[in-house]
Amino acid sequence: MSKVVVVTSGKGGVGKTTSTASIGAALAKSGKRVCVVDFDVGLRNLDLVMGAERRVVYDLINVAQGDAKLPQALIRDKRIETLSLLAASQTRDKDALTEQGVEKVIGELRGMFDWVLCDSPAGIERGALLAMRFADEAVVVTNPEVSSVRDSDRIIGLLDSKTLRAEQGLRMDKQLLLTRFDAGRASRGEMLSVADVLDILSIPLLGIIPESEDILRASNLGAPITMNGSTSLAGRAYEDASRRLMGETIPMVIPGEKKSFLNRILGRRAA
Amino acid sequence: MNLLNFFKPRGTAPVARERLQILLAHERITLGPRNLIAILRDEILATIAKHVEIAPEALTVKMGQAGSVSTLEIDVEIPTEKVSAKPAHQEATLAKAAAASR
Repeated sequence: MSKVVVVTSGKGGVGKTTSTASIGAALAKSGKRVCVVDFDVGLRNLDLVMGAERRVVYDLINVAQGDAKLPQALIRDKRIETLSLLAASQTRDKDALTEQGVEKVIGELRGMFDWVLCDSPAGIERGALLAMRFADEAVVVTNPEVSSVRDSDRIIGLLDSKTLRAEQGLRMDKQLLLTRFDAGRASRGEMLSVADVLDILSIPLLGIIPESEDILRASNLGAPITMNGSTSLAGRAYEDASRRLMGETIPMVIPGEKKSFLNRILGRRAA
Repeated sequence: MNLLNFFKPRGTAPVARERLQILLAHERITLGPRNLIAILRDEILATIAKHVEIAPEALTVKMGQAGSVSTLEIDVEIPTEKVSAKPAHQEATLAKAAAASR
């Protein structure tokens, strides 16, 4: 049974593309057939983060419009056999993507993959709505920061009203992926805590990804952090999140939250 | 360092949290009933599940609008126990609760 997941956030720059690539690679590593789809028409980047930027021949719009067959457009990852990418188009015409076109492509992908991850563009415009339209569930990527939390709240509202599932009166499952989290700052009361964000958005937590230098290193190299057996906290957090997405129960740890005794006491006070 | 922190004013996160709570409470009203349907759906499902085994897919909740009233349509398919001859489903269109639309 195939699952279509939209990775969305409202706000830009919070880590949608990084998260799509990292979760996609982690799922594929466990043997699942995975396709990551870039919906950011005009500003594609998933190809770059996946290290496949020089292999893009056909893209999502070509397939949606029938100019290319899906197998021609799919880029198979060279490192993980079961991982594929469908790139976004560089065209400036955002209206080139239609609902019918997307429906057709998603339908075909469902027949070929266990997991289809749709990397949504930022904003709440057409592209973002099309990315979520045919999804079975959503991963809402949020930074512990006021503007990101506000935009996530908007996106949750749209997931509950503008998706096909919502219109059919069915449940749209949404899970929160808290990225760029700094446990130290949160414990000192300088950053919204995990509990704060969960309390405000009231959707279940998929994972907490710590702020990490390794993320930049991974995108520099075009190798998602979950790909090369990295032992970094962020990589492990993405792996845990991916396993939770597959339905496993894995205890939630707040990465990097190891404090000295004194810091702990003072941290609690501030939080 | 930690002792110095002790005397500083407390962090700004509580302010952020409070501002967000106030703002979002307001925006959720003006921008439409956020995930009201989803919340209703989950709670109705939980309530039914306390008494009857029910698949999440067996419940649909829709909100519609007709003139100045909003309608809420809740449709539940409850499988009859194997005691009865036919596994027919009981349609329980529970409510068309009318509420004044905002």
